[in-house]
Amino acid sequence: MTALLEVRGLTVGYGGAPVLRDVDLDVPAGSIVALVGANGAGKTTLLRTLSALVPATHGTVRLAGRDLAAVSVEDRVRSGLAHVPEGRGVVAELTVDENLRLGGLWRGADRREAIAEVYALFEPLARRRNHAGHQLSGGERQMLALGRALVARPTVLLLDEPSLGLAPRVVAQIMGVLRGLADRTGLTVLLAEQNVVGALSVADHGVVLGLGEVVASRPAHELAADERLRHAYLGF
Amino acid sequence: MSRPQRLPGQRPLARTLLLAAGWTLVALLGTFALDPFRNYQLALVAAYLCATAGLTVLVGASGQLSLGHAALMAVGGYGYALTSNALPFGGVARFVVALLAGALVSAVVGLLLGLAAARLSGPYLAGLTLAVVVALPAVASTWSTVLHGDQGVQTAFEGVPDALRRVIALEQWQAMVAVVVAAVVVTGLTVLRGGRFGLRMQAVRDDEVAARLSGIPAGRVKVLAFTASSVAAGLGGAVLCFVAQAVSPGAYTVGFSLLLVVAVVIGGLGSILGAALGSAVVVLLPWLIGRLTAGLPTDAAQRLDGNLAVLVFGLLLITVMALAPQGLHGALTARRRPIDEPVRTEEHTKVLVPTEEQR
Repeated sequence: MTALLEVRGLTVGYGGAPVLRDVDLDVPAGSIVALVGANGAGKTTLLRTLSALVPATHGTVRLAGRDLAAVSVEDRVRSGLAHVPEGRGVVAELTVDENLRLGGLWRGADRREAIAEVYALFEPLARRRNHAGHQLSGGERQMLALGRALVARPTVLLLDEPSLGLAPRVVAQIMGVLRGLADRTGLTVLLAEQNVVGALSVADHGVVLGLGEVVASRPAHELAADERLRHAYLGF
Repeated sequence: MSRPQRLPGQRPLARTLLLAAGWTLVALLGTFALDPFRNYQLALVAAYLCATAGLTVLVGASGQLSLGHAALMAVGGYGYALTSNALPFGGVARFVVALLAGALVSAVVGLLLGLAAARLSGPYLAGLTLAVVVALPAVASTWSTVLHGDQGVQTAFEGVPDALRRVIALEQWQAMVAVVVAAVVVTGLTVLRGGRFGLRMQAVRDDEVAARLSGIPAGRVKVLAFTASSVAAGLGGAVLCFVAQAVSPGAYTVGFSLLLVVAVVIGGLGSILGAALGSAVVVLLPWLIGRLTAGLPTDAAQRLDGNLAVLVFGLLLITVMALAPQGLHGALTARRRPIDEPVRTEEHTKVLVPTEEQR
């Protein structure tokens, strides 16, 4: 299958210290790829580099064949690459409704329709549409961050640690929504997670990062079954 | 289904325009009830309001601190004065063209400052804007052939139009013009802040990364906010020049620039009504203090003249911050906030809505 998001030889460092080394990654269209690994493996840095929040030292990132080297954060969003960062990235002083409007401000007339779809997807948000972001629970904030990204109608969704600090019930709900979107709408998802079991259970493919390098890239069910890899890199 | 909540100051466009027209009419009619000195004070409040309204939107909505808005007022004043003196015709047409020129010059300067400001934040941005107002006298001296150094530029007298000369006095005419310009500025800023651009500004202020990840060009939003604020300040400076018939660097000192910030903070950061209250305090407080000290012996009155006003401003700032951290406007609206309206503070959130972790 042709990769919608294609990463080749990506090297990234902070102040000279390399964090990612020569990373190759393919995210096929309509699939969920789980990016797993221990703390400090480079998952967040990889996602931040893909959305241009962190500059790459070497390597290329292509979205649907287009080289994104000179494309800014904002223009990558407009090109269809949405990023939900770790820690939610909700604008705390704005209401749920305003946060969702924000996600689609650059879009044209179909913004309202997209917001209505998000409310249908995350029913708790519809009930709290007039509440400020900082008045939401952790799960609701995650739904809002995800919803705001979806209002932009992305082709690829970069999702960083959506399960962080959330109750298992909420995590299961969010993972279920992701799987449903990928199956129903063809949304492509790159999901960085420490919750390896949860991530691999909804993903089609899994990529293991270890100290900034790709140490394994296989179908998700194979990764979950590889006992040696699980013990060495995933801690379960 | 409940209606989407709007941010403070956000109203539908038609309602905003209607409110603006209503308040402007009230203020214009009010000038008939005032004596010439009160009309002069009203003109000053209106001129200061242009600058403080721009400043409160810049600081409160876009999160950029400017300590140099007095310099931007001066830019508008010089733009107005030089254009007015260069025009071959007079009357209202000269005033309008000169006013637009003042706005244009302050827009260009604001754009250049905004381009630098977009790369800075916090104390660095404050330092840059402060440097601009500090440099103003030196700029006026360096280009003294045009700006006439410390003496400044005198403008031609703009009297009451012939058709109105029998009905109103000069001070009332100046107050009316100042009120109309302030109304246009305030309405423009209210519409700007209440629309999509306002949402963009607030997103950039609260979380720049989240804003950029929502497709909002944060740098461009900051530059535009600075430019809009600069135009407002420039129009205030132009009005002040129209009233005083002169512009000079001595009128736009660091102290005056800081006073504008104090006015905005006392009124309530981010609130245009607060900016109006703050402007009124800046104009009326020195006058009130002058009235109070007038009964004192001459020696004591001279010692207190000018100094007491600064002291009272400081005390007022401390008192307002201690008793009403949201400023005068915040204190007024807090009393009538409906019980079911969400309270936008982290402290309340912890009590009202426990997070997953807290549960």
